[in-house]
Amino acid sequence: MIKKTISRRRFVATGAAAAAGVVAAPYVSSAQSGGKLTLGLWDHWVPGANKATEDVIKAWADKEKVEVTVDFVTSQGNKNLLMLAAESQAKSGHDIVALPTWQPARHAGNLEPVDDILADLIKQNGAVNATVEYLGKIKNSWVAVPATVGSQMKGPASRVDLMKKLANVDILAMYPAGAAPKADGWTMDAFLKAAQDCNKGGHAFGIGLGTTSDSVDTAGAIFNAFGAVLVDQKENITAKSEKVRAALDYATRLAKEYPSDSASWDDASNNKWLVSGRGAMIMNPPSAWAVAVRDAPQIAEQIWHHGMPSGPNGRHAPFLPYFWGIWSFGKNKSAAKSLLRHMSTRAAAEKMVEASKGYDIPAFASFTDFKTWAEIGPPKGTMYHYPNPHNHQILSIAAAPSPHRIAEQIYTQGLMTKMIVRHLRGDSMESVLSYAESELEGFMRT
Amino acid sequence: MVDATMKSDVAAMRADKRGSLQRTFQRKSTIAFLMTLPLILLIATLVLYPAFYAVHLAMLNKTMERFVGLSNFTFLFKRETFWMVVMQSCIFAITAVFFKAIIGFIVAHLVHNIPDKGQRKWRGMLLVPWVIPPAMSTLAWLWLFDPSYSAFNWILESIGLSGVPWLGDVYWARFCVILVNVWIGAPFFMIMYLAALKSVPDQLYEAAKIDGANWWQTMRFVTIPMMRNIIMITALFSTIVTFANFDIVRVLTRGDPLDQTHVFATWAFRLGIEGGDIPLGASISLFMVPILTVGAIFILRDIVKRGNEA
Repeated sequence: MIKKTISRRRFVATGAAAAAGVVAAPYVSSAQSGGKLTLGLWDHWVPGANKATEDVIKAWADKEKVEVTVDFVTSQGNKNLLMLAAESQAKSGHDIVALPTWQPARHAGNLEPVDDILADLIKQNGAVNATVEYLGKIKNSWVAVPATVGSQMKGPASRVDLMKKLANVDILAMYPAGAAPKADGWTMDAFLKAAQDCNKGGHAFGIGLGTTSDSVDTAGAIFNAFGAVLVDQKENITAKSEKVRAALDYATRLAKEYPSDSASWDDASNNKWLVSGRGAMIMNPPSAWAVAVRDAPQIAEQIWHHGMPSGPNGRHAPFLPYFWGIWSFGKNKSAAKSLLRHMSTRAAAEKMVEASKGYDIPAFASFTDFKTWAEIGPPKGTMYHYPNPHNHQILSIAAAPSPHRIAEQIYTQGLMTKMIVRHLRGDSMESVLSYAESELEGFMRT
Repeated sequence: MVDATMKSDVAAMRADKRGSLQRTFQRKSTIAFLMTLPLILLIATLVLYPAFYAVHLAMLNKTMERFVGLSNFTFLFKRETFWMVVMQSCIFAITAVFFKAIIGFIVAHLVHNIPDKGQRKWRGMLLVPWVIPPAMSTLAWLWLFDPSYSAFNWILESIGLSGVPWLGDVYWARFCVILVNVWIGAPFFMIMYLAALKSVPDQLYEAAKIDGANWWQTMRFVTIPMMRNIIMITALFSTIVTFANFDIVRVLTRGDPLDQTHVFATWAFRLGIEGGDIPLGASISLFMVPILTVGAIFILRDIVKRGNEA
């Protein structure tokens, strides 16, 4: 008698595939001789941005005669994380997947090394930034290819008029369109003074202290600007260092100028703060500006994207890269590698940047001169400095350079913003640092 | 002759077998079993399998490479945040169920006293919060509490009062989470209590009236005893659902500020899915089981006891 059983793995795989199928309608190329390839990519916020990715893939699929299926999976409700978790558990699913920030490290054991691709790409295009390397190169091996789609910078998006009127800060003089920044005076002290002036004038900086990514990225950039590291690369807890104290002290003084309910803000709150006209500045990619262009054009005309203020440890800007990875259990790895090479070319990246209206930033510094950023408006030039074209900022991420498994916990649990909120509500510096130490001890588990 | 006898024996046995098979299929219990079989299979697939898989996951290390027994649970017991989440889950569930029961009880009586003709539309309207998917209605509440566009703060400010940081202050945030849960869940209590009220025989009220019982005495000695089982079962069911709530907290606060609105399910999601520690997330979600089991045993035992007494 033949006994048919469904293994646990098969069961989860079927469930994951069914769920992914429901998420987005795929497009299918009819050519078949090169085999099949399935992709689970990030569903872009910007309407129409997926089309550029589809076109790039289709051009490759037609040439290589590969039947390609693409599922665009949203990050709303963390559906993309759920898909990755299910597929890595089931050891089955798509061939290529889009991996947000910490996911390459989390799934490194299930990802096909792509050192060969990166070696060629770096040779052609120059080096990637240090944050991309920290997040994508695990134990000296690249486990995913830096993606253009979804990679973003969360620097300041300021109201030029309010900054000039309330804080006497001339953003356009510091960050002129088409020219190098003249931002030597744009320091943490100047930033704090501007925050105080704008708050006094009734247009507070819209910076959150919640546990979602926008809030954590800003707190992380401030900590990095002071060189404040909570856990060093050798896994020593360094929460009670002088640098951490200085960063926490500064961040708390700054947070006094934030809106009173900033501890509950999510990634939409700051956008609404700017678009509603209540704020003089937020820390965000150009998505808030794009909404303002549609809903509040008079506000959009005053928004300018520019660089972060500098601190004792340099001018750190929060950079959040996305990656494209190949599951090690994928069925068509050679085709997957070929497609990723195609998706990483300069021409492909330029198409993706254009379709995303400048939101996406490629990982290669040599790709930050696309005409989209220079030309898009209104006001024209608002995004010229967004991709850091003059390389005057250090692109970093909160919790780096701690080991990934600890850094991911610091980041996802918003430890730095929680420290600021605790200190802000009156807890002493020592008690906040002891709390942080206790949390970090918990994050150490293996 | 022998051959013919054997043939008739075989035929008799076959007929007997067919008969017993027929009898089995005609038995009410067999039919009931067959009819519930799809549901049993569904529960086994969607409830039992994930439950046992969660137990399996809870006994693995963070990278899910080795068996660690109960280490994840002992790790949790040492974490301050865990005990905070336990306390918050209890506050959330007990307070919300209490207010849902009180509001449901009062509204059920009010509706019960409306003449039959107009009662249906009231029942329908009052059920609206319960029938809207909670994630959607909570989103509407989120907009009402929104820092930039809060309708509540707009009203407060328009009458000269200062706005409230609805979700930014720990106590206000807890209040908001409970408020939304009560708003969504109270109609369920109302409809259950209304059904119970309608089943109380009028003769009991007439007898109480003849005995000279006042409103409070009628309520205490007639209405509440007759509704007691429904009250207990509804409270038990609601406690389980409220304890395991995810969507309201997730949409409204995501556990912020300072993790002080997290309940088990949201904290499990934060650590398991967002934080990449699936075994720890599974352990947190499993922690609800013993708490709810103890509650269920006590309440169900009481109901059975009183059922036997009756």
